[in-house]
This record gives sequence, structure tokens and C-alpha cells, in this order.
Amino acid sequence: MSEKKEIDIMESVYDKNDKAASQINLSFTRNGIFAVNVMGAPGAGKTSVLIQVIRRLKNVASYVIEGDIEADFDTKLLKSMGVKAVQINTGGACHLDSPLIGKAAEELSLKNGVLFIENIGNLVCPAEFQIGEHVKMLISTVTEGSDKPYKYPLAFEKADIIILNKCDLLPYLVFNEDFFMKGVRALNKTAPVIKVSCKTEDGFEEVVEWIRNKQKLQKE
Amino acid sequence: MIIPMHEYPVTKRIIEIAEEYAVKNGASQVNQINLVVGDYCGYVASSIELYFEIIAEGSLCEHAKLNIERITPKLKCSACGELFVRKPFSFECPYCKGEGVPTKTGQEFYIKSIEV
Ligand SMILES: Nc1nc2c(ncn2[C@@H]2O[C@H](COP(=O)(O)OP(=O)(O)OP(=O)(O)O)[C@@H](O)[C@H]2O)c(=O)[nH]1
Ligand SMILES: [Mg+2]
Ligand SMILES: [Zn+2]
Repeated sequence: MSEKKEIDIMESVYDKNDKAASQINLSFTRNGIFAVNVMGAPGAGKTSVLIQVIRRLKNVASYVIEGDIEADFDTKLLKSMGVKAVQINTGGACHLDSPLIGKAAEELSLKNGVLFIENIGNLVCPAEFQIGEHVKMLISTVTEGSDKPYKYPLAFEKADIIILNKCDLLPYLVFNEDFFMKGVRALNKTAPVIKVSCKTEDGFEEVVEWIRNKQKLQKE
Repeated sequence: MIIPMHEYPVTKRIIEIAEEYAVKNGASQVNQINLVVGDYCGYVASSIELYFEIIAEGSLCEHAKLNIERITPKLKCSACGELFVRKPFSFECPYCKGEGVPTKTGQEFYIKSIEV
């Protein structure tokens, strides 16, 4: 019997995932792929926003990986638009992780374009797990209320772009935009906050321009 | 469906890491795992404990005690530089009313050590 001892570890629980994510990110970059991790609460409009964005991303090959706990309605819809899409069913897990993305990416045989990864509808854990993305896009909505930055600070802190969706519904709601923006800016000084509506289709030109610029920067 | 699955994969990973280091050090059993969990990391300590018992069964960690050190998130005031714990729905510094910005304190999620 050996004696008792303490072994120092200091290893992050995310470490393995983060390393896999760096590998995937590198392979995306090498293949000319700009990867966007799309996060947001269930029903925030992640798929709806992607549809609006992809329609406007003319002359750019768009790919989509759809993360979903179950079902594949979203993927079918995208495919019917001619987008190369693949579905990942996590069977209950609440976020996508790097090994899942690695597999799905192979299926799509990605080359030169933009890959959108629609994460599981959830505001908590997707923010923690890198999945090889170049940028994180957070979809928040006016229907969720203006206190979301205060309740889910990490998602807002980590986002590179924040889309405020469903703005067509503003006349019917009490949404304190100043309070919302104050929270966002305390957490995140740089991410643009862009107001959009998938119903009226307003605001998407700015989103698309941001993506194009970021994609260009990545290529250089 | 979402909530119960949440801590499962990370708890599994915690046990994997502990086993990996135990084996590397020629230990046949892990007696304690010292885990550090920030309150902002999105993982609930009590749920990790719950899964731990189930997943650890039959592993080197089966009889291990899971010791979780929780860390309260702190903001740093951009005006006076003080670290502080924020009040609900506010990021305001209690000392000078300046604006607090996020720090890494509270986002920890790592295994500090194991006892074998
Ligand atoms: N009024 C209004 N409804 C919207 C808008 N965007 C999305 N919706 C509606 O919101 C619902 C959810 O939209 P989705 O795009 O499926 O949302 P999602 O985030 O992909 O949902 P999950 O993948 O299930 O988490 C649908 O009924 C959409 O029609 C918007 O800008 N305005
Ligand atoms: Mg969707
Ligand atoms: Zn201060």
C-alpha cells in the first residue's frame, strides 16, 4: 500500500474541449471557412435570423450545422433553400461541443465560405464551450425582456455581435432599451448591438456587412 | 430535459481527469477530488455532486469525496479599480458608483488537486 498524498492538477474541465476547438478552428481557417457560433434562448429566432442573413450573403457559400436536442425541422427548411446543412441531435445535452462539430464538419466538406453553427437554444452553457468558431453571435429578443444581460452575463460578455431580434414587437411590449444597453455595455464594450426583425426584415444589411468585414479580416 | 442533462458530461470529464492523474501516479484509488467552481461558470455544484455518485460507480473515484470550493463572481470597477460583488440588476461599484467590468473571478471551473 502506498501512503496518502495530494497530487496537484490545476486542469480546467474545459481544457480537452478547448484543445479540440483550436484544432477545428485551425482546419476551418485553412479551408477558408469563417465560422459563426450562433447562440440564444429557445425560440429567440436563431434559425429565422440565419435565413435572413444567408439570403443576403450573395456570392458567398453558406453552410449550416444545426444543433438541436431533437427533431430536424430547421435543417429541412434550410436545405429547401439550397443551403448545405447538417443536423446534430445531441439527444439531450444542452450545448454543442467540439467533437460533435468535428464530425458534422466532415460531412459538409467545407470549402471557402461562412459556416453558421446554430447552437442549442440555451443562454447558459453554449457560452462556455468553444466549438472552433471565429466569432460568437448572440441572438437576444425584445420579448425576453431587457434584464437578460444582468441574468446571463457570460453570454453577453463573450459575444462578438449581439442581435436584438423581434423588434417589430416593440410597440406591444415594455422593453427598456437603455437598461438593456447599460447592461450590455458593462459586460461588453466592443460587440455591435444590431436591432432587427425577421418579420419586417429590417436591420439585416448591417449584420451581413459585419460578417463580410470580419470574414475579410480573417482571410488577411 | 435540458436541466438534468446539463452537468452530466462535465461530471464525467471531472472523473476522467481524476482517474488519468491517479493512474499516472500509480494510485489505485482516489480519496478526494478538490474542485473549484465559480458561480458564473454555469454549473451547479449540487448537481455535479448528484451525478458524481452515479458516474463514479465502478471507477477509481467510487469512494472519493468531492470537495467543491465555490467562488463568488467579482467585478472590477473601471473607475476606482476595486473588486466587488455585484448587486442584482446592477453593475455599479458600491464604493464610487463607477461601472464594474467582468473579471475571471467567478468563471473558474477546474480540478485543483486530488488526494490518493
Ligand atoms: N414577430 C416576430 N417573430 C419572430 C421573429 N423572429 C423569429 N420569430 C418567430 O419566433 C419563433 C421562433 O423562431 P426560430 O427561428 O425557430 O427560433 P430558434 O431560436 O431557431 O428556435 P429553436 O431552434 O427552437 O431554439 C418562430 O415562430 C418565428 O416565426 C421576429 O423578428 N419577429
Ligand atoms: Mg432553430
Ligand atoms: Zn469604484
